[in-house]
Amino acid sequence: MAVMESLYTGFGSWNPLIWAAAFVIAIIIAWIIWLRGESDYKAGTEQTKPFISGNAEPEKGEVHVRGGNMYWGFTKALEDYYDRVVPLHSGILTDYILWFLGVTAFVMVLVLGGGLL
Amino acid sequence: MTAGWIIDNLPALLLAVPMLGAFLTPLIGKFSEKGRNAWVLIVSFATFCIAAILTNEVLSSGTIVYTFGAQNPAAAIPPDSGGLPFRIIFTVDAMSVFMAISAAIVGFAVTLFSITSQSKMSGKDSFYALLLLMEVGILGMVCTGDMFNFFVFLEINSLAGAALVASRVDKGYAVEAGLKYAVLSTLGGLLVLFAIGLFYGQYDALNMAVIADSMQFGALDKIALVLLIVALAMKSGAVPMHFWTPDAYSMAPSSVTAFLVVASQASLYGVFRVVFTLYNVTLDYATIGWIIIILGVLSMFIGVSMAIPQKDVKRLMAYHAVSQTGYMLLGVGVGLAVLGNAAMMDAFGMTAMEGGLFHIINHAMYKGLLFLTAGAIFYQAGTRNLNKLGGLGHEMKWTMVFFIIGALAIAGIPPFNGFASKLMIYESVFLFSPILSIIAMVVSILTLASFVKVFHSIFMGPKLPEYSEVREVPRFMLAGMGILALLVILFGIFPQQVVDFLITPAATALVDQGSYIAAVLGGA
Repeated sequence: MAVMESLYTGFGSWNPLIWAAAFVIAIIIAWIIWLRGESDYKAGTEQTKPFISGNAEPEKGEVHVRGGNMYWGFTKALEDYYDRVVPLHSGILTDYILWFLGVTAFVMVLVLGGGLL
Repeated sequence: MTAGWIIDNLPALLLAVPMLGAFLTPLIGKFSEKGRNAWVLIVSFATFCIAAILTNEVLSSGTIVYTFGAQNPAAAIPPDSGGLPFRIIFTVDAMSVFMAISAAIVGFAVTLFSITSQSKMSGKDSFYALLLLMEVGILGMVCTGDMFNFFVFLEINSLAGAALVASRVDKGYAVEAGLKYAVLSTLGGLLVLFAIGLFYGQYDALNMAVIADSMQFGALDKIALVLLIVALAMKSGAVPMHFWTPDAYSMAPSSVTAFLVVASQASLYGVFRVVFTLYNVTLDYATIGWIIIILGVLSMFIGVSMAIPQKDVKRLMAYHAVSQTGYMLLGVGVGLAVLGNAAMMDAFGMTAMEGGLFHIINHAMYKGLLFLTAGAIFYQAGTRNLNKLGGLGHEMKWTMVFFIIGALAIAGIPPFNGFASKLMIYESVFLFSPILSIIAMVVSILTLASFVKVFHSIFMGPKLPEYSEVREVPRFMLAGMGILALLVILFGIFPQQVVDFLITPAATALVDQGSYIAAVLGGA
């Protein structure tokens, strides 16, 4: 059937419809397991409030982890890399032009040089 | 006006309709804002319909040659031309319509989105006129068979784009970004014009088929090749000439940014058209292929690594646009590197090219969608700063769903469209060089990590008091995002159908230089 055709990738193949069907089956199984759980949720009671070892709940804005706090470890670990790459993005137009002309000159040497690669 | 007349003049109408639309938009805007909005939507939809019919015609009947000003537009070499195709000729093959339909779809979705997202802004007459002119530039670039005409449309594309980037006068930042885009585009345009001058000086021709047929690959041809590749790669945002991209993409209105992605892809098309159609096997394809591959790998890695620490959501997405361009360069670069080796082309070269081309249309859809979701967030929350946003998922549920679809697609998660094209690139490139394929996969993992951060920062967490008034965006904006989200899903679930219908014919047309030349000069 045409709609069930797999995508040929040059090495193997991939059928998204079979994958989607497997995904739906997995969701249904998870839902059935969830249904069999104990239903003790009561909205608007103490159980819905966060428990922070007895301390008062901070302001909503205080508990949200902001974007700038994420992947701090990643950028710290690659500090040497970022220290070199970030300053290149200087925002200065003449720097951008220099890069453009520099790459043009470099590629020109490669190609006119008869294919050094 | 008969259906036959429309069919016969489709290439001209593809440009004439948005161009007429652009010029009449300010006039209609003088009388009625609603009338102007309806006009812009009708023009944009009509352009899409013409692109769709043209796509069908080309894919069913073969390359269409359209000669402007000739009594019979189908004749590339009219009797009064002295045997030379000196008129402006559009050579619309499968590669052209592949790019045109992609641009027309995004163009319509972006226009739909802009009707509401720009409603609070001033200068809307000029805004829509420029948006339609940018579409003219993109469509012209991908359809023309004339080098000088290509340059003209490149300039229309660049100037309209620069003006649109600067259209929101936000403390001068947008104007600065527009200026950077304009200066670099003009410099790139100058190099392109110089290269065209070299061709004209050597071959007395501006027609791509004539130049391709005469190509010697002498020293001047090599210089022209380098100028064209580097200038167009810069325009497409390839590292290390990508620096304008985050500046321009982040300061432009989001609907414009979504369309700038397509504008950049038109330049990428230019790179591919030059190396495959103008030069093909006459060039040192291994060297040029590797240059494109290296530009691709640099774009992939530096783009994604620069995206991760960003705090402005649009700047972050702009770096991802650079990164995704790398995949396209990698796939098509591998195809070019083995162009002269029939066995390797059959084994993986064509699939790598198909993966790279498939990624172009997929990227246009999901990156367009992501920029529109960023626009929806800015429209309601008034900020793009990830350190200030949070908890918007409680109220902006549809926007959140559209964002998730776009984010999973760009990260290459099945069953969305980004996965299909990336899988083709991973597996075919692996046969060429495993390390390149591994780099591509690592970049996808980092892309996912980056979008997890964005998703958490914007949509997750408790409702924040400063956004208590935030509600879901109006229907026109949802419709614009919805069209692209639907296509992201459909292209992901039925990838082989898209590959069979659009991608394989486009890749074949690109590689088959002989057919391109024969379509124009066949009767000569």
